[in-house]
Amino acid sequence: MDLSFTPAEEAFRGEVRTFYRDKLPARLAGRVRLGQQLTKAQQEEWHAILHERGWLANHWPEAWGGTGWSVTERYIFDMESALANAPRALPFGINMLAPVLLKYGSEAQKAHYLPRMLDGSDWWCQGYSEPGAGSDLAALKTRAVRDGDHYVVNGQKTWTTMGHHANMMFALVRTGDSERRQEGISFLLIDMNSPGIEVRPIITLDGEHEVNEVFFTDVRVPIANLVGEENRGWTYAKYLLTYERTGMAGIGTSTAALTWMKGIAARQKRGGKALLDDPLFAARVARAEIELANLSTTSLRVVASVAGGGAPGAESSMLKIKGTELRQEISDLTRRALGPQAQPFLPEALEEGYNGEEVGGEGSSAAAPHYFNLRKLSIFGGSNEIQKNIISKMILQL
Amino acid sequence: MDFSHSDDRRMLADTLERFVASNAGWQKRAAATKSAPGYDAALWAQYAELGVIGALFTPEQGGFGGAGFDVMVVFEALGSGLVGEPFLTALMSGRALAAAGGREREIEAIVDGSKVIAFAHQEGAGSYDLDTVTTTARADGAGWVLNGAKTVIHDAEGATALLVSARSAGSDNDAAGVSLFLVPAGTLGLTINGYQCVDGGRAAEIVLKDVKVDGAALVGAAGAGSAAIRAAVDAGLLALSAEALGAMGVVRDATLEYLRTRVQFGEPIGRNQALQHRMASVLVEIEQARSAVINAAAALDGAADVRERILSGTKYTIGKTGAYVAEEAIQLHGGIGMTWELPMTHFAKRLVMINHQLGDDDHHLMRYAALGRAA
Ligand SMILES: Cc1cc2nc3c(=O)[nH]c(=O)nc-3n(C[C@H](O)[C@H](O)[C@H](O)COP(=O)(O)OP(=O)(O)OC[C@H]3O[C@@H](n4cnc5c(N)ncnc54)[C@H](O)[C@@H]3O)c2cc1C
Repeated sequence: MDLSFTPAEEAFRGEVRTFYRDKLPARLAGRVRLGQQLTKAQQEEWHAILHERGWLANHWPEAWGGTGWSVTERYIFDMESALANAPRALPFGINMLAPVLLKYGSEAQKAHYLPRMLDGSDWWCQGYSEPGAGSDLAALKTRAVRDGDHYVVNGQKTWTTMGHHANMMFALVRTGDSERRQEGISFLLIDMNSPGIEVRPIITLDGEHEVNEVFFTDVRVPIANLVGEENRGWTYAKYLLTYERTGMAGIGTSTAALTWMKGIAARQKRGGKALLDDPLFAARVARAEIELANLSTTSLRVVASVAGGGAPGAESSMLKIKGTELRQEISDLTRRALGPQAQPFLPEALEEGYNGEEVGGEGSSAAAPHYFNLRKLSIFGGSNEIQKNIISKMILQL
Repeated sequence: MDFSHSDDRRMLADTLERFVASNAGWQKRAAATKSAPGYDAALWAQYAELGVIGALFTPEQGGFGGAGFDVMVVFEALGSGLVGEPFLTALMSGRALAAAGGREREIEAIVDGSKVIAFAHQEGAGSYDLDTVTTTARADGAGWVLNGAKTVIHDAEGATALLVSARSAGSDNDAAGVSLFLVPAGTLGLTINGYQCVDGGRAAEIVLKDVKVDGAALVGAAGAGSAAIRAAVDAGLLALSAEALGAMGVVRDATLEYLRTRVQFGEPIGRNQALQHRMASVLVEIEQARSAVINAAAALDGAADVRERILSGTKYTIGKTGAYVAEEAIQLHGGIGMTWELPMTHFAKRLVMINHQLGDDDHHLMRYAALGRAA
């Protein structure tokens, strides 16, 4: 066993660090550090910067604009990105849909959509969940009926992240009524500007607007927008989900969040002394750091086991559970560290350009809302209970 | 032994529960939060008329209740409706004034709802530590001059006066040498910067810059404020814990109902044994929390040494259990549990944030241990 990186990998790390030092606008990093949403314009700005360097879709095949990085290089890149508080590239197009198109899409679809993901022409959202189909995704009811060279879509999607910014949605729709519910599902690419689509905001418990309900009334979608074969969408959908989960270990994000939290705990006082010197708080921080060190190696082990490329299997469920629990725990510690000063809620401080004073020091008013917002991590991308079901079935064979 | 409440107390609880059910609610709380004073002043007057504020004080203090169990039933009912009116403020300031003595007129005005006196003790450097007071009081002829700052003081914007702790002797973390002053709103040099709180309600940052008050503003004896502060905090700890208990009941019922009605994979999600066990644990922990609150209610009127320790044990239990119940409830609701529209989430937020008032679970765990060593 050898846990160290090679000199070439260390050199690569240096290259990534230099890039972030020179190219990452402090304004964007500041928002990421506090867990604040980026505006559409900010997200697009960042995509353009990554694209210019050729790193936006780093895991794609080189022929389509990828980098040809090894899994270790990708790991280093993700880690350094998080440590620099770089915004994540929006995952829906680049990380989720692209692998599906590359594997199952037509040549025409690849040639049309992949370049548009890179240059920012399309902003994608994910239309899987419905009011009656969450964990039980195969219960979905949104229906697409063939009419000449179009599908006519009726139904409703929900929890659509960034649906209010998106111009395209990849959606699971019902096209057949076979006995096995999974066999009547198709994978469609839908233009969000089509007549008959209505997007309504859902406000989350922290007062933010990031998710939406999307209603479809007689929406016409060209048949050319079907990915793969009709009624085979479930296979593609599941392939996509393993990609969705893999990104969730969030080692780098947790490392950056821990550093930020410790900064707060160093300046917060309890009985006149620094909170970081309080034995109970110090023990909580230590536990989180130990978990993180362990998870970092677990995550590298999973990465190494798929070093040939492709998506990991049920092991990604482990990373999802532990990674999300840890991120939630760190957000809990951040809120805790602020003590009484975690109570103020200053919506204006969460907006861009705010430079007023915050009660618990810079960024403090984001701590409690962020903690509440991160409850989502154990719910979406397949809830942590569903991940345990997967582990029970696939790994334990119970 | 008798674990049932007396008839009088049950009547008080029933009346209040009915009133809360038809007059309070998370939407009202959220709406009132947007501007000062952060609550519904007309509703506050109605609570006073119902005798709910008076129920928090003993006849000797100027009320008509005041036992630990009175505080418990009132605050549990308030918690079940997410009531945003300034009960905790009234209780804490009233108890401090009563402990210091000689302030019958102010307590009367608190009880009849005509005055709201904010409890302005907490400072940034001490956070939960009760003795850390860096705000200073300097004798100035027959009066005093106050300088310093207070952090996250609830209901300060609408208050008629502030009960301010300030150091007239001793060093920053001494219990001795802290004095209490009644500073009327609008006094020159007093700044109140208000804001909303994450879980509803409003608080403020207070700055005192060369604030001049006359000799009559001193509450109790100079340098002897610590006992009154402790009396206020003791009652406050019980009140917050009982409020949390009320909120936990609502969250538990909502989650149970959801487990029974939400269908996935062709059956209610509550059919999954994995979720049944989660819900069973929630139930067990809430019962433990109720016992903790009963212990605190019984201790409030008892001997000081035991009282503080038991109250810390209770607040520790509530801090830990409140966040646990909130997190489980959100998780078991799935995506719906993340929405502003769902009443449950507002109770969950309150449960988490109660751990940020008057000391979190870590603070009270340490305090419990320290008081045990001292005994
Ligand atoms: C902030 C946010 C963003 C999202 N973004 C998107 C998006 O962009 N696109 C999209 O399509 N979806 C999105 N989702 C939806 C998300 O994928 C679903 O919320 C998730 O699949 C859970 O479904 P549900 O909310 O219906 O909960 P339910 O499935 O109703 O689950 C409720 C509870 O029951 C548990 N449960 C259910 N079945 C079982 C079982 N068999 N065994 C044990 N426990 C079980 C769950 O774990 C959960 O605790 C988002 C959700 C959130 C909260």
